[in-house]
Amino acid sequence: MAKQDEVCGDGLPERDLSLARILAERGISRRDFMKFCTAMSAALSLPAAFAPRIARALDEVKRPTLVWLEFQDCAGNTEALLRSANPTVGEMVLDILSVEYHETIMAAAGHQAEEALAKVVREQKGKYIAVVEGSIPLHDDGIYCCIAGRTALDIAREVCGSAFATISAGTCAAYGGIPSAAPNPTGAVGVTAALPGITVINLPGCPLNADNLTATVVHFLAFGKLPATDSQGRPLFAYGKRIHDNCERRPHFDAGQYVEQWGDGSHKKGHCLYKMGCKGPETWHNCPSQKYNEKTAWPVGSGHGCVGCSEPHFWDTMTPFYRRLPQVPGFGIESTADKIGLGIAAATAAAFGAHGVISGFRKGDDSEGAKEE
Amino acid sequence: MARIVVDPITRIEGHLRIEAEVSGGSVTDAWSSSTMFRGIETILKGRDPRDAWYFTQRFCGVCTTVHSIASIRAVENALGIKIPPNAELIRNIIIGIQNVQDHVIHFYHLHALDWVDITSGLKADPAKTAQLAASLSDWPLNSASYFKGVQEKLKAFVARGRLGPFANAYWGHPAYRLPPEADLMATAHYLEALEWQKDVIRIHAILGSKNPHPQTFLVGGMALPIDPDSQNALNADKLEEIRRLLIKARAFVEQVYLPDLLAVASFYKEWAAIGGGVGNYLSYGDFPDPLSGKPWLPPGIVMKKELTRLLPVDHNKVTEYVDHSWYEYSKGPGKGLHPFEGESQAKYTGPKPPYKNLDTDGKYSWVKAPRYEEQPMEVGPLARLLVGYGAGHKQVQDAVNGVLGKLNVGPEALFSTLGRTAARGIECLLISRETPKWLDQLIDNIGRGDHSAHNGEKWDPASWPDEAAGYGWHEAPRGALGHWIRIKEQKILNYQAVVPSTWNASPRDARGARGPYEAALVGTPMADPEKPLEILRTVHSFDPCLACAVHLLDAGGNETLKVKVV
Repeated sequence: MAKQDEVCGDGLPERDLSLARILAERGISRRDFMKFCTAMSAALSLPAAFAPRIARALDEVKRPTLVWLEFQDCAGNTEALLRSANPTVGEMVLDILSVEYHETIMAAAGHQAEEALAKVVREQKGKYIAVVEGSIPLHDDGIYCCIAGRTALDIAREVCGSAFATISAGTCAAYGGIPSAAPNPTGAVGVTAALPGITVINLPGCPLNADNLTATVVHFLAFGKLPATDSQGRPLFAYGKRIHDNCERRPHFDAGQYVEQWGDGSHKKGHCLYKMGCKGPETWHNCPSQKYNEKTAWPVGSGHGCVGCSEPHFWDTMTPFYRRLPQVPGFGIESTADKIGLGIAAATAAAFGAHGVISGFRKGDDSEGAKEE
Repeated sequence: MARIVVDPITRIEGHLRIEAEVSGGSVTDAWSSSTMFRGIETILKGRDPRDAWYFTQRFCGVCTTVHSIASIRAVENALGIKIPPNAELIRNIIIGIQNVQDHVIHFYHLHALDWVDITSGLKADPAKTAQLAASLSDWPLNSASYFKGVQEKLKAFVARGRLGPFANAYWGHPAYRLPPEADLMATAHYLEALEWQKDVIRIHAILGSKNPHPQTFLVGGMALPIDPDSQNALNADKLEEIRRLLIKARAFVEQVYLPDLLAVASFYKEWAAIGGGVGNYLSYGDFPDPLSGKPWLPPGIVMKKELTRLLPVDHNKVTEYVDHSWYEYSKGPGKGLHPFEGESQAKYTGPKPPYKNLDTDGKYSWVKAPRYEEQPMEVGPLARLLVGYGAGHKQVQDAVNGVLGKLNVGPEALFSTLGRTAARGIECLLISRETPKWLDQLIDNIGRGDHSAHNGEKWDPASWPDEAAGYGWHEAPRGALGHWIRIKEQKILNYQAVVPSTWNASPRDARGARGPYEAALVGTPMADPEKPLEILRTVHSFDPCLACAVHLLDAGGNETLKVKVV
């Protein structure tokens, strides 16, 4: 657990308080705690036998500091965090992180808020986790997003550059997201593109599934290292399979039972949404198993196709959302994200003309933006 | 005279900066600036109009349904699509619970800490806290042992030495007035509301797959099919779950939010004379009847606080100025343009970052300055209630009169920071009581065999005219929202949104007239300019939502944006 000690070893008063003890103080029973650890094992795609190991690790963990930065964002990922699906214990786990800066929830404002952030960077250099929500604009010296008179890029360089690791929460922070959609008026990019060379875990989604954020943090706390990722920087435990691979409607795809019109008999029976534009076959995300809002539902299960929101540049490559994917190949589950990712980029680009076609609609105002892609 | 800067304004959505002149213990002038810009409307051009709701939904993840609703209404208006009654009712339920959940989050998680000193609650007597709570409400959790438990958790949290999001705040500020027992009660309910909000908003997941950003809206209706005999459609099981959550939502508003609001307000009555602002109010009305289309909350305009002179809304009277915003008009400065003739060219002329102050004599915000008949307008729950009151809406009048009576203040108290905060609670109560009725209507329809939730007659773009234009209006939690769309050859020719926080966070216009935040801040007392708690109170009373407010209008087909290649 050497890495956790690095992250948490700041000599502050809670240093010798383990998570288990903090939870006990807060009235969380050992049984609830173990239930949570089992749920986390599942979220991390680990056998249930890992639960005791996670529990042991969390028992020893101290309270690492987390700062949450918002740039060109809509606060959707913050809201997702507030809906996280293991309400009581999950929240406690986030609570045992010391969240020392988060504009949407923090009590302090103005320079007192900025001082809280500066203090973390100053006193816990290399030991805290930074979460970024929203893209970073690069055009015109970054003036499209300023906080306290500084550009997002300037703040990210300092705060993410001094962090142990950065989590890009949502597709905007991971890959630029909607602000970077053609013609990308502000030159928006994700964290990795803005700050090459820093350690980043991408948790795309629009917004991300908060369970995946919790699981990433727990993975880090439990195993002392960051989770393995695919070529897009996404943890394999959450983005290692396509929506299509685990979709509850997959048998209908295989049986050739498709929704042809909204509200038709097939739609009511829960048949496959492929012909209504579903992008599940090209989208790597664990929505079918994790679902949303305490596992209440997820888009395909509720009758609307997947739009591919965890894929880089889906705003351009997956639109129009209601146009069916061209020539979906035989989707064996054996392909890896990396292999299929390349194939898809090419297939989608060829079929839709991707940015070219979209830009072509726009009568000359954005030729430069199109070139950028 | 001192110039103070509050940046970031926290506990809001988006990036807001307030600069203010303070003299003799109060604010003498103020400037409201948004410091973030994305340009989503520019991104929309050339795309499929049926996709627009999904893009505009990303204006904001807090009021996460509102831009979807306004967008599909705009496209349906442009194409002349009438949606099935069931779709209208499902939308009303989605809008209703969005408002209720959003208002509660605003009160407890974004606004309460302006009035409630969490650290003072540590000194409270739990038994007296329970007595206080029992005198206000019969909410079952309000027992001495419950408050003792919350207090002990808080003490343990504070004892660990790191306050996390509560660090570095204004605890102990002289403007905090609550007795420790009220502080503890409100803090306990802050934590309770955190649990409550994630439960009740599951209605969006049941009807729309997830929240935030439900993925269920369709031009022409809704994507969740209705079939009582299918497990993959809206059936009796799901409808009953929605009913249970609506009742849970209403109970919390009736027994916790409103009693807390009244208790807190009774200690801060001087704020009923602070923060009035521009005194003009606009509401588009909303919650249409599924058959007649008549909105449950009426549209209207109130000018100069004259409730007895309710005016109709005419969208031709809306213009936008950019004299103090980082844009340029081709006809030069000093002119306001109607959204249909509007144009935009982003042109940043502010200081080079890092900067200390903006040039508030010149341009200083990414928000434009919308005006109605050349007047700045306030929008939001207060505007809706004032318009409803003026229109003789009985539920509104009774609820408003009831709260004014309990606080023992006259109607003039509404035009204030406290009035704005109270109006949000009153409206939340009304909507939490009305939403179950839309569910009842939906269940009646389904019981009669009407299972339609989508009108697909014009789903295929081949059925559209070569050109079409329309608008969609919606009353979002934060106020009057309008989307305008022009469609040509089945693609978006241009798209514009004039949103609540554009009205409220507006900078000055060509005449130098202040926007609503700016006007409301003038006269705000300041006990300590280093700790601008009072500024937060008035700004938060509007419930700012800045990501929504900033957008790039580009009407009239003007292709104006210059994009530099990195």
